Amino acid sequence: MTRKISMKEAVNEALDQEMQRDPTVVVMGEDIVGGTGSPGEDDAWGGVLGVTKGLYAKHGDRLMDTPLSESAYIGAAIGAATCGLRPVAELMFVDFMGVCLDEIFNQGAKFRYMFGGKVETPVVIRAMCGAGFRAAAQHSQMLTPVFTHIPGLKVVCPSNAYDTKGLLAQSIRDNDPVIFLEHKNLYAHESDVPEESYTIPFGEAAVLREGKSATVATYGQTVHRSVEAAETLAKDGVDVEVIDLRTLSPIDNDTVIESVEKTGRLVCVDEANPRCSIASDVSATVAQEAFGALKAPIQMVTAPHTPVPFSPALEDLYIPTADGIADAVRKTMAA
Amino acid sequence: MSEQIIPIVMPKWGLSMQEGRLSVWHVKEGDVIEPGQEIMDVETEKIANAVEAADGGLLRRRVAQEDMVYPVRALLGVLAPVEVSDAEIDVYVAGFEMPQADEEEEEQAPAYLFVETPAGRLRYAERGSEGDAIVLVHGFGGDLDNWLFNIDALAAGGRVYAIDLPGHGQSAKTADGGIVGLVDALSGFTDAVDIGAAHFVGHSLGGAISAMLALKDPGKVKSLTFVDAAGLGEEINSTYIDGFIAAESRRELKPVIEHLFADKALVSRQMIDDLLKYKRLDGVDEALGSISASAFGGGVQSAVLADQITRSGIPVLVIWGEDDAIIPVSHAEAVAGAKIEIIVGVGHMPQMEAAGQVNDLIRDFLDAV
Repeated sequence: MTRKISMKEAVNEALDQEMQRDPTVVVMGEDIVGGTGSPGEDDAWGGVLGVTKGLYAKHGDRLMDTPLSESAYIGAAIGAATCGLRPVAELMFVDFMGVCLDEIFNQGAKFRYMFGGKVETPVVIRAMCGAGFRAAAQHSQMLTPVFTHIPGLKVVCPSNAYDTKGLLAQSIRDNDPVIFLEHKNLYAHESDVPEESYTIPFGEAAVLREGKSATVATYGQTVHRSVEAAETLAKDGVDVEVIDLRTLSPIDNDTVIESVEKTGRLVCVDEANPRCSIASDVSATVAQEAFGALKAPIQMVTAPHTPVPFSPALEDLYIPTADGIADAVRKTMAA
Repeated sequence: MSEQIIPIVMPKWGLSMQEGRLSVWHVKEGDVIEPGQEIMDVETEKIANAVEAADGGLLRRRVAQEDMVYPVRALLGVLAPVEVSDAEIDVYVAGFEMPQADEEEEEQAPAYLFVETPAGRLRYAERGSEGDAIVLVHGFGGDLDNWLFNIDALAAGGRVYAIDLPGHGQSAKTADGGIVGLVDALSGFTDAVDIGAAHFVGHSLGGAISAMLALKDPGKVKSLTFVDAAGLGEEINSTYIDGFIAAESRRELKPVIEHLFADKALVSRQMIDDLLKYKRLDGVDEALGSISASAFGGGVQSAVLADQITRSGIPVLVIWGEDDAIIPVSHAEAVAGAKIEIIVGVGHMPQMEAAGQVNDLIRDFLDAV
């Protein structure tokens, strides 16, 4: 049956069900079980925000608290994946990828290619991403474009609990390295989720709202802000189609292009910094593949090219807002 | 004079409907409307459909605009005889208060119920409190929401139950026993909910299952209504069945689902998305494969029960969409002695495409049984 759960609960449920389904699934990361500073009882922490809490009680030693060395345990997870396990490693904040990037992009992403297809690397690296949590410049970044730049990695960034559960199950069952990015500002967001296991294929965008006037393509937290902008614009008779890309590698360009062929106008919204972003990537693809369909220049709404500010007032200005998205749509309509 | 004014309001189709978009008016001010006439098209998240007039009369005012969204029970139009003045209609429209939902009723009637049966946990919906039991049984790949335009209308004349068969909707996703297992599950459901003998309305595969239950356990089945039903002949569109099982994306599923309707515009994005969500649950494709192999193996229906049903003497109503692309309309003639109703201009889903007509036919039939 279906009931409402939060995105945080959806992550936990997907991990739990995949561990039940497949004994080779293991979970590892910093403080995901007891944690180094915890009072000592098992399962005290369940990760910094408690996402994995309860799993140790059910699955015991298939969950491992690792030393505070991303390079060591991400490397171990990628190595274990080549030897028969399906590890899910939690990188805590995606901002920490710098210390284990060689393991991700030079090892995990390359094995299948360099060993002539004889090696598979079914590893999932989960990490929190995104701004709005008052967590400052080193814990708030949206680094999706860094990963989409690297061939051999699959990159997922869901916006709701339903997609989170199905895409995480798909990530675990997939035979390639998957970077699974969870926007920490959405952990409490609830939606209807079946109790049963299910998967959502990669490379399939979701059309959250159909419209004829303009297309907004986005992912993660800004999906909700784009829907809010669309609702505001609908009152003025502007009928916006909102596309949640859901997976960024592979990316569903077909759905975006099909939509632009109908609307003739595109706004790309991205919480990442603007240069070489998902927004610029989608914009370039549409400009190349569907130039004839465009009635106006493509608009991009992104974070500015700055670190994420710690000042709450500035952080709120940093993330694309519903008002900013609505303004960009109006600009395409006026052109 | 205001007692002569009859409001036309936004209908409520199914429990989840909060609002609808009026896409087009089919009648204009000054037209005389017959009850049952299609007066406008409304789109909801789930489906687009024509709205049939509940009352007849002279359409004096189109209050609602095309392409606008209105909440359920909002005033869309006004019927009134010529004697009522425009000023009186103005006053009526200005003073119209949306009737509130019967809160007590909504609290007492949860959207869906679940019951443990030997076939696993099954979901069902229940409406109405008095009269004979009526059980609505969906077809292959369907669920109880296939009856969203029927369940409330039929509840005026009986206790109505709509079930999700095993492997379908939100019921248990095991369907090991194929079609026989579904018959046992339906039988187990009537026991678990303690329905007693009931009238069964079966759509497509649900018709075959209801017929098999009637033959196996005649005491449970007071009458059979077949809606574009399986079980009455050998032919079946196996391209549809196989395509439904194989489809993995919107692009693959949409053309398959369009086979179901004469009016392809009824297939909304939400309908396809909901079906994909269902198909992507672990176990569903296996369950559908098992059911299909036992019911439609080799592209032929395995159970042809028309003659047995005739001999059983059980009262039968057959309703069929003339343009059915899944099971040929000729099967409607298979049960000798049955009351047969062919509905023109609709496909395999007359309970959705011509809901008002189907509801009337079933009510009249059950009144006469």
